[in-house]
Amino acid sequence: MDPDTDIGGPLHKFPVTNHSAIAAARSDDQLVRRRAFDTILASYWKPAYKYIRFKWQADNEDAKDLTQGFFANAFEKNHFAGYDAAKASFQTFLRTCLDGFVSNERKAGRRLKRGGDVDHYQLDFVAAEAELAAHTSESALSPEDYFHREWVRWMFTMAVDALRRSCDEAGRMVHFQLFERYDLRDDADVSYASLAREFGLEPATVNNYLAAARREFRKIVLEKLREVTATDEEFRTEARSLLGVDVK
Amino acid sequence: MKWLSDTKLNRLRTIVGEPDFTSTKYTFVKELARGGMGTVYLAEDRELNRLVAIKVLNTPEVTDDVRKRMVREAQIIARLEHPGIVPVHDVGTLPDGRVFYAMKFVRGSRLDEYAAQNSSLRDRLRKFQAACDAVAFAHAHGVIHRDLKPQNIMIGSFGEVLVLDWGVAKIKPQMDADERRLNSDLRSSASICGNTSNGTIIGTPHYMSPEQARGEIDQLDERADVYSLGAVLSFLLKDQAKVSKAAEAVSLKATAREKEGRYASASELSLDIGRLLDAEPVSAYRESTIEKVSRWVSKNRFLVLLVLAYLLMRIFFAFTSRR
Repeated sequence: MDPDTDIGGPLHKFPVTNHSAIAAARSDDQLVRRRAFDTILASYWKPAYKYIRFKWQADNEDAKDLTQGFFANAFEKNHFAGYDAAKASFQTFLRTCLDGFVSNERKAGRRLKRGGDVDHYQLDFVAAEAELAAHTSESALSPEDYFHREWVRWMFTMAVDALRRSCDEAGRMVHFQLFERYDLRDDADVSYASLAREFGLEPATVNNYLAAARREFRKIVLEKLREVTATDEEFRTEARSLLGVDVK
Repeated sequence: MKWLSDTKLNRLRTIVGEPDFTSTKYTFVKELARGGMGTVYLAEDRELNRLVAIKVLNTPEVTDDVRKRMVREAQIIARLEHPGIVPVHDVGTLPDGRVFYAMKFVRGSRLDEYAAQNSSLRDRLRKFQAACDAVAFAHAHGVIHRDLKPQNIMIGSFGEVLVLDWGVAKIKPQMDADERRLNSDLRSSASICGNTSNGTIIGTPHYMSPEQARGEIDQLDERADVYSLGAVLSFLLKDQAKVSKAAEAVSLKATAREKEGRYASASELSLDIGRLLDAEPVSAYRESTIEKVSRWVSKNRFLVLLVLAYLLMRIFFAFTSRR
């Protein structure tokens, strides 16, 4: 293997981390719990926001309040520590909690106080709103499938961003640029040969660089997945769903 | 962060799921089948310029145990050199740590698809007998398949029969010394799919022997495969308009609830299938005198017609000479 094309080094394997934020959410250490919460919030706020807009038909202001309120409440009451992996996946647990929270808030008819403990996070609701406008095929999906699909989309979006940073730090932006031009392309006319001409590389080098970028991307996706699953079994199931053909 | 459209999302999911063959002599072509443990891909062997089927671990699990299981599976299949068992060409590790093995790419149809293409009972029995022979060969080498079903039997373009998917096979403890040495690292576990303990259920419900369904892993022997073969035979017979009592009896004997009531081996079952094809009496069925005569007549139809014609001629000549 060409070590120059191997972003993670020749011995890298996946997954490289076993850190589960779900497990850490049960920690007695406040700092560990805080970090776990940060990870869960980062991984789920956007699918949660979109889900509230989709299933509960909340307007954007209500959806913002409900999203922030849900995570603030979950952190304050340490809800995520109560997750039991034997009963359901964490994603299902979180969605069920979210439904319960929104339902209770609707019944109570109260206006949530914005922010709370998650106020310091820069949650880009404007971007989430723009994405909602771009959705075209959600009407055929059940709310559960919609939530799952948006979670997958968000996981991959974060992974692409992490890949960009990783390549930048390693001084291999050309790997990412090739990945972006070929794997994130809109046009169908891109080929290894055309990329080789565009970047002034041999087609074999394009192949190697792309393979290295994909390998790194896969590693990042699985690391992120490991963070938001509680057990090995759940990790494998979600990986199959995330990478396989099961996701609708 | 840029939003990912559905098209980009699906492309990324495909890319991430695809095996990375860059450090191997193979080029990815397409996915063929996805199973619980591994996925089989079609790939091109660039050195030999031929298509191969490559099985790659599904899960992003890289424990030594899982890797050993895949290597073990490849070693077992490679050891079973028989025309009815798909040959393994190569075994290795992908850059992401997943173990793979390359095997012959079989062009053709699965037995269930083949049977649906209006094949005759006689043809089905011939194919079934070939599958029995391949399984008997594996048994003779100390390997029990444990997941025989029509979907795991392939009929090639030239009528060749291949038994596939040895992923949950069990290695019998009573192997000869050479085989034991060859598989010294396998003996810690009796199963390709890991340390299968009693109570673990492996196989496909409809084709699984009762003892296998009860999870009695320690009790499984060749007769568990005989049961599965019997269930396959029953599948092949079920849509046939005219099935002899002898054929039904063979199927019933192979699928007896108690293993003591079944054929002792796949070879014995194969012998009875051969007898069915040759219109000979089978060990599973005791014929009445009428049935014996009927079978004899059916088998020697030409001779019977010849004798009848001769007799008719004699009668005719006797009648005409008297006038």
